Amino acid sequence: MTPDIKIDHDERAAPAIPRDVQTEEMIFNLGPQHPATHGVLRVVVRTDGEIVLGCQPLIGNLHRCAEKIIESLSYVQGLPYVDRMDYLGSLNNELGIALVVEKAAGIEVPKRGQYLRVITCEINRVISHLFSAGQFGLDMGAFTPFLYMFREREEGILLLNEITGGRLLYHYIRYGGVTRDAPEGWLGRVVKWCDVVDGHLDEYNNLLTYNRIFLNRTCGVALLQKDVCLKYAATGPILRGAGIKRDLRKDMPYSSYEDFDFEIPVGPFEHGVAGDSWNRHRQRLYEIEESLKIIRQACANLPDGDVGNRKVTRAWKAPPGEAYVATEAPRGELSFYFISDGGRKPYRMKARGPSFNNIAVLETEARGLMLADLIALIGSVDITLGEVDR
Amino acid sequence: MIAAAQPVSTAIADFLAELVGMPPNWFFSAIAMLLVATGVLMLVVTPVGLGGVYIERKFAGRMQNRRGPNRVGPYGLLQTLADGVKLLAKEDIIAPSTDAPLFRLAPYVVFIGAFTGFVVLPYAPGIVAGPLDVGVLLFLALIAFETIGIVMAGWSSNNKWSLLGGMREVAQVVSYELPLGIAAMCPVIAAGTMSLNGITDYQGGGGIFGWLILRNGYWAVVMVPAFLIFYVSGLAAAKRAPFDLPEAESELVAGFHTEYSGMRFGMFFLPEYALMLSISGVTSVLFLGGYHDPFGLSGPGGTFHDVWWWGLLWFFLKTTFLFLSQICLRWTLPRMRIDQVMYLCYKVLLPASLACLVGTAALRLL
Repeated sequence: MTPDIKIDHDERAAPAIPRDVQTEEMIFNLGPQHPATHGVLRVVVRTDGEIVLGCQPLIGNLHRCAEKIIESLSYVQGLPYVDRMDYLGSLNNELGIALVVEKAAGIEVPKRGQYLRVITCEINRVISHLFSAGQFGLDMGAFTPFLYMFREREEGILLLNEITGGRLLYHYIRYGGVTRDAPEGWLGRVVKWCDVVDGHLDEYNNLLTYNRIFLNRTCGVALLQKDVCLKYAATGPILRGAGIKRDLRKDMPYSSYEDFDFEIPVGPFEHGVAGDSWNRHRQRLYEIEESLKIIRQACANLPDGDVGNRKVTRAWKAPPGEAYVATEAPRGELSFYFISDGGRKPYRMKARGPSFNNIAVLETEARGLMLADLIALIGSVDITLGEVDR
Repeated sequence: MIAAAQPVSTAIADFLAELVGMPPNWFFSAIAMLLVATGVLMLVVTPVGLGGVYIERKFAGRMQNRRGPNRVGPYGLLQTLADGVKLLAKEDIIAPSTDAPLFRLAPYVVFIGAFTGFVVLPYAPGIVAGPLDVGVLLFLALIAFETIGIVMAGWSSNNKWSLLGGMREVAQVVSYELPLGIAAMCPVIAAGTMSLNGITDYQGGGGIFGWLILRNGYWAVVMVPAFLIFYVSGLAAAKRAPFDLPEAESELVAGFHTEYSGMRFGMFFLPEYALMLSISGVTSVLFLGGYHDPFGLSGPGGTFHDVWWWGLLWFFLKTTFLFLSQICLRWTLPRMRIDQVMYLCYKVLLPASLACLVGTAALRLL
């Protein structure tokens, strides 16, 4: 079936690939049902043999009007809805929307609540990065590392399940704090889990990251260098993998992140060049280490006191005003812009999901890649379609 | 095996002739041969394929912190059989836009190509279906024959993913036949025969230093590289990871068999394991002494000379070892890219195999 979109055939789009033999071009529909599109992404690819000449991501298959739904529900009802955006980092989404409403309404969060938010969000970041790194290996044809990473991910999910009651969509963070305190002995188990993950990072690296075939497949492949990242406002591991040191947990600390001692890992770019698929993948594994540091510190220094104030009830009305908060979600900068007209529902709740901006690089940066490298590009950019389409 | 099959088919032909009261003629012989062939297919070939699938799934499970199949039958042994029944019961979809005759024919070509390879393998002293003088040649030809079926499947599906899969298959297998064939010529030159039986006999006696890979010690200089080249090219010819590009799941959905469903898919699935097993068998015959044990007991004058079960045991052990190593590789390594696969073939393996060939010839002259 011919796609109903126009792919530009003009001079600008022609890639700088020497072509000895002129062959017929083919249009591929990569997705929405395709094993490597991580959901329901549809990419229309124009190829010459296996070389990509043009590429257009078509999004919207998972559009659920998330923002509009949040605007039409009361505050308490609307908050859990953001879990469904980036479903692999749902706690980070909750943190973003909670912070923006708290900022606009001037709600104070007790220190213990802030620390519990940090602990759970960082666990969520670790399991999200484990998923992404494993999924990228799967895209490159390595099945086993994926399941090894899932082994630790499952333990992390069980920990989150214990404190929040959910396995994927947690509904843990509330306006003003979190729902419940950590169960007996939970903090100890979290620290133990951190050691387990730390111990297995070398295993992942030996099995996948430094594998010669994997290096050949990813080093220097699907370059997204600094200028491209800045042009498309790509953030998260992509930006840091390209060598730009930007992490909002450090640059614009929120929710007590300033209390913790951790690094923003940028490089060393041991293999390949900054901004290639390998370095994006390696970046995620570096970030897991840093997140584990934060979790350990937060568990060790967890202050006493309330986990949240119960100011926001079902009939709560936010005072008129507006606020903008940007947070560092696993996939990049997740920010919310919130306007209140003083009613029981948000007047406007605009989300800026990192995946949406990150996926935009496909259209120009996929040109000239081989089909297998396009998969490397999509896999290493690591999008969640729930967040792209919202 | 042929020794056992011939009297059986003659007996069946006689029995059938007696049943209808006619003198035995070519007609009854033909029917009897068909029956025997079906019996061999059912009793020997199917368990080989099913066993291969079971071993791979169980082994992969163990590698990945899983249990593998364990529900159907003891230790999940019947799981593959249950899957086969499921495949048979599934709807057979042939999309209207396919080239239907080619589409239907392709799985059989692949099936025949992969399973015929077992004919020339000497499993044990006296157990070989077709003791051909050109066994090595026939085996290499069958690998090429299988490729035709896969190209047919890729082309006739009228699906772009399938087409790319088919094209990758051609590029890959046709290229890798060169180092595969040249590496196979090293044992052929050393043993002075193309018959797999002859090559096995040549390696009898002397135990592990009678095997071509370590023959008299100094042959290892050329035979170890030749063995590695043959092994890697065999992986590529059997489309096993890291060379599973024709069916690369994350890139081409399912490659050349994207459009196949039900048992037609099964006809692509089983031959893959059959090909792995037969390539492992040929590798063990060419380089690892075939059915000869490493202690020299099966050589001329040894305790177990011409004892069929002793030979069968060692052939089975060697083949299983190679088969399991292929599975280990598959579940460990990522997939290569098509240009890297070609690079490895033409710039690394082909020159190396030619060097091995020259080296073997030189050693032979000494």
